[in-house]
Amino acid sequence: MGHTLAEKIIAAHVINGRQEVWPGELVEVNVDLVMANDITAPIAIREFEKLGVRRVFDPEKVVLVADHFVPNKDIKSAEQCAQMRRFAREMSVSNYFDVGRMGIEHVLLPEQGLVAPGDLVVGADSHTCTYGALGAFATGMGSTDIAVAMATGQVWLRVPETLRVVYYGELQPWVGGKDLILYTIGAIGVDGARYMALEFAGPVVDALSMDGRFTMANMAIEAGGKAGLFACDQVTRAYVNGRLRRPYQEHQPDLDARYARVLEIDVSKIEPQVAFPHLPEHTRPVSQVGEVRIDQAVIGSCTNGRLEDLRIAATILRGRRVHPDVRCIIIPGSQAVYLDALREGLIETFIEAGAAVSTPTCGPCLGGHMGILAAGERAVSTTNRNFRGRMGHVDSEVYLAGPAVAAASAVAGRIIGPDAL
Amino acid sequence: MPINGTVWKYGDNVDTDVIIPARYLNLSTPEELAQHCMEDLDAGFAAKVKPGDIIVGGENFGCGSSREHAPLAIKGAGVACVVARSFARIFYRNAINIGLPILECPQAVDETESGDRLAIDLRAGTIVNERTGRTYYVAPLPEFIMGIVQSGGLVPYTIKRLQEKGG
Repeated sequence: MGHTLAEKIIAAHVINGRQEVWPGELVEVNVDLVMANDITAPIAIREFEKLGVRRVFDPEKVVLVADHFVPNKDIKSAEQCAQMRRFAREMSVSNYFDVGRMGIEHVLLPEQGLVAPGDLVVGADSHTCTYGALGAFATGMGSTDIAVAMATGQVWLRVPETLRVVYYGELQPWVGGKDLILYTIGAIGVDGARYMALEFAGPVVDALSMDGRFTMANMAIEAGGKAGLFACDQVTRAYVNGRLRRPYQEHQPDLDARYARVLEIDVSKIEPQVAFPHLPEHTRPVSQVGEVRIDQAVIGSCTNGRLEDLRIAATILRGRRVHPDVRCIIIPGSQAVYLDALREGLIETFIEAGAAVSTPTCGPCLGGHMGILAAGERAVSTTNRNFRGRMGHVDSEVYLAGPAVAAASAVAGRIIGPDAL
Repeated sequence: MPINGTVWKYGDNVDTDVIIPARYLNLSTPEELAQHCMEDLDAGFAAKVKPGDIIVGGENFGCGSSREHAPLAIKGAGVACVVARSFARIFYRNAINIGLPILECPQAVDETESGDRLAIDLRAGTIVNERTGRTYYVAPLPEFIMGIVQSGGLVPYTIKRLQEKGG
């Protein structure tokens, strides 16, 4: 019997030799990359110090990114970054990314060529699954796991079952990766892929850009998934060639791999999606939203903060104005994205439309800073979670959507799709 | 080591944002985090929870972020065990890694209410509801994972292994 993508990548990393792995098995694997950010690194550093090892297993394979509460929003956040900065220096970690030279981690790492197809990556952030778009097994863990991974270069894993999702049919206008993944989460639920690897396939996926694939893989965790994998193809190769500084391993799922479930989705009837408060699974087509007035629109994040997302937003905002009752906050996901957007005239479009443009940061996505909501306020956001209190006061609401809906809603003052503008 | 405490019962999808809101993620000690544990779901919890108490939840407990601050806040608050119908995977891992006992037992959850007292024996894999007198049996943790829990968490477990390797 053949293997799924997840089983193959994990098998290739099992310590002490090549073997096949099967779902449910507990294995120990070598990791290719270990990552933490400014809110998860402090605990990881504390636990690392308890281990009594004097150096990280391989400084080239550790990545530390200051992105959540940066530029530092208060003294405690500044101290957390200072601690991470000190650790990077002491451990000779050159993959250390700070204000002015960083991006949101899951936008930044692929851009910098730090993740390759076939890699096994662990990160102290739940959206580490984003790198699955590159054909890497990438999964989020807590700070203690990351401390041990930094010290030993190894983690224990339970081999997940795989849920394969095949997308076919004709994509409708304005429907992108965000809409496909929201639709999928709506179909299977926030624990529909609990403990499983998602494997995304089908002709629609084959035709999807890397930016769209990153968006989909990013939200695998929102269905409870351990990973969100795409097989390597020419789109992947075109993206990584020139960025990567090392050889890589392509994997394909076997035709006779065993899947826990195979879901086939006809995209022809899918509209842009909106996930209502307070769970990502509360999805509706945008034409069925009804009257939902908004106070804020956020366009950015590790989910939709890439150039393609900003281009879509600019297409809608060009020549239009943000509604007088709405604060529109646009956050390019990295310095490179910001610069490209600038050179393409997108930033000018945003500012002329009356939107605020921010330096890369996770900021409002997790209720950190750069756009917190007061009681009774509502935001439409291209971020990935809308739990109660996620973006501010516990009595505020977050509606998740893609950049097209977010931009159109910013103009209209209520949640609509671009076709309704 | 037996666990015996009062139940705080919650529903499905208790997420990491309600367990410890992001505005507190610039704190990192269990003591500090405990003061804000469950704040956006149950504002009275942090002040009223007693060491040894037990949290009981529905499906997908701990869903959302990988923030280890979530189980740390719960452990820091003195909670001795979390029993749920099912756990989100990162939270499950994190709880094991920091030595916070967790058990999946749908039937126990369905028949337990806030204020009940539960007696839990991790090694035997039993949960007893002292109000109803019912006993529930829980599938034992895989041996490898039990080893981590019994060592007190992943760090003590790893220290032992590093010492065995002579490194």
